[in-house]
Amino acid sequence: MPGVAGAERLLGEVEEAEAALREAAERALDGEASFDAVIAADQKIEPRDAMPDAYRAGLIRQIAQHAHSEIIGMQPEGNWISRAPSLRRKAILLAKVQDEAGHGLYLYAAAETLGVSRQELDAALLTGKQKYSSIFNYPTLSWADMGAIGWLVDGAAIVNQVPLCRCSYGPYARAMIRVCKEESFHQRQGYQSLYVLAQGTPAQRAMAQDAVDRWWYPSLAMFGPPDADSTHSAQSMAWKVKRFSNDELRQRFVDMCVPQAEILGVTLPDPDLKWNEQRGHYDYTSPDFDELMRVVKGDGPCNRQRLAHRNRAHEDGAWVREAAAAYAAKNRKVLA
Amino acid sequence: MTSDVPLWEVFVRPRRGLSHTHAGSLHAPDADMALRHARDLYTRRQEGVSIWVVPATEITASSPDEKDSFFDPAADKIYRHPTFYELPEGVAHL
Repeated sequence: MPGVAGAERLLGEVEEAEAALREAAERALDGEASFDAVIAADQKIEPRDAMPDAYRAGLIRQIAQHAHSEIIGMQPEGNWISRAPSLRRKAILLAKVQDEAGHGLYLYAAAETLGVSRQELDAALLTGKQKYSSIFNYPTLSWADMGAIGWLVDGAAIVNQVPLCRCSYGPYARAMIRVCKEESFHQRQGYQSLYVLAQGTPAQRAMAQDAVDRWWYPSLAMFGPPDADSTHSAQSMAWKVKRFSNDELRQRFVDMCVPQAEILGVTLPDPDLKWNEQRGHYDYTSPDFDELMRVVKGDGPCNRQRLAHRNRAHEDGAWVREAAAAYAAKNRKVLA
Repeated sequence: MTSDVPLWEVFVRPRRGLSHTHAGSLHAPDADMALRHARDLYTRRQEGVSIWVVPATEITASSPDEKDSFFDPAADKIYRHPTFYELPEGVAHL
């Protein structure tokens, strides 16, 4: 399939990160394995190691927000499972949404190693106390959105997440390696689905273009505010939780997407998008960061709907959890 | 009612001949459900041929604070390694 060279390269980086993790683990640390020494040696901090309170709190916030994003991220695509155009596409979409649930669970488990409980994390999502990625507050209006989300949203997520495979906190890094390997199927199925539409009838091509028009800027906004306004970045870099700045990753994503869009035969909705020979990168129009802040603060097109749906699903599932607990309790009594 | 659903540690054997390796953890009310959840969560792409689930509370771990005193006794016994012994020139198969 054309146009996935970028994804191949990113997957290669995941494997390099995994190899680096093993290699660093083999190296002996000189002297005492203090927090700073472990970070300096590119080794991993493990759950019961001493760590600064702010490192722990920052990681809990970041991993929880990441986990919530995976869980809420099931909704925009879940919307199209029952209306997928073929059994094949339905099976693929189901597998993808199931993966998102799995990724949420890997990440919750990683967050719990830092001393926060699953109930606290569930409550933080359900009450809106903790955030999830703003991208999921946009609606999925047509089938082509499934392709555009896979290509652009999962593509942006991969660019964001691949460096996290080298994060200094062991359980997070290991979860991210697992997530990134699975994520590359998500991006490919999206690109391929969009490619089929883009080769189709004029109506199908228009649907593909419309989806790209709507998802391009929200995808660029996924990398967060510009570096100058990014609140958590500097400390995060020093602790090797984060490895590249928001703007660096955004640029990397744009540079990957332009040739992929050309092969698809769709136009990215930015008249100022052009190659800059001097910089060796594409110049592009920044997303509307005021819009991003509005959506973060709760005023996106679907914020209320997403949270209401999550709360309803949680309440509707209560009887299943109760039944499982009652059955387990009964079996314990029989055994006793 | 997600309160005190027990935590389980999951170990997966990737292939015959390899040992079970820690894959992650999950919550489940009992061992049977933990096993089923572990299959759905950690082996969606045939990553394993065997799974162990262990209640997290049943694991006793050595303490990182006592790491030095705990593991120190092995540090000064370099004579446990074959490289400690110098052999005369020309000795083979040893």
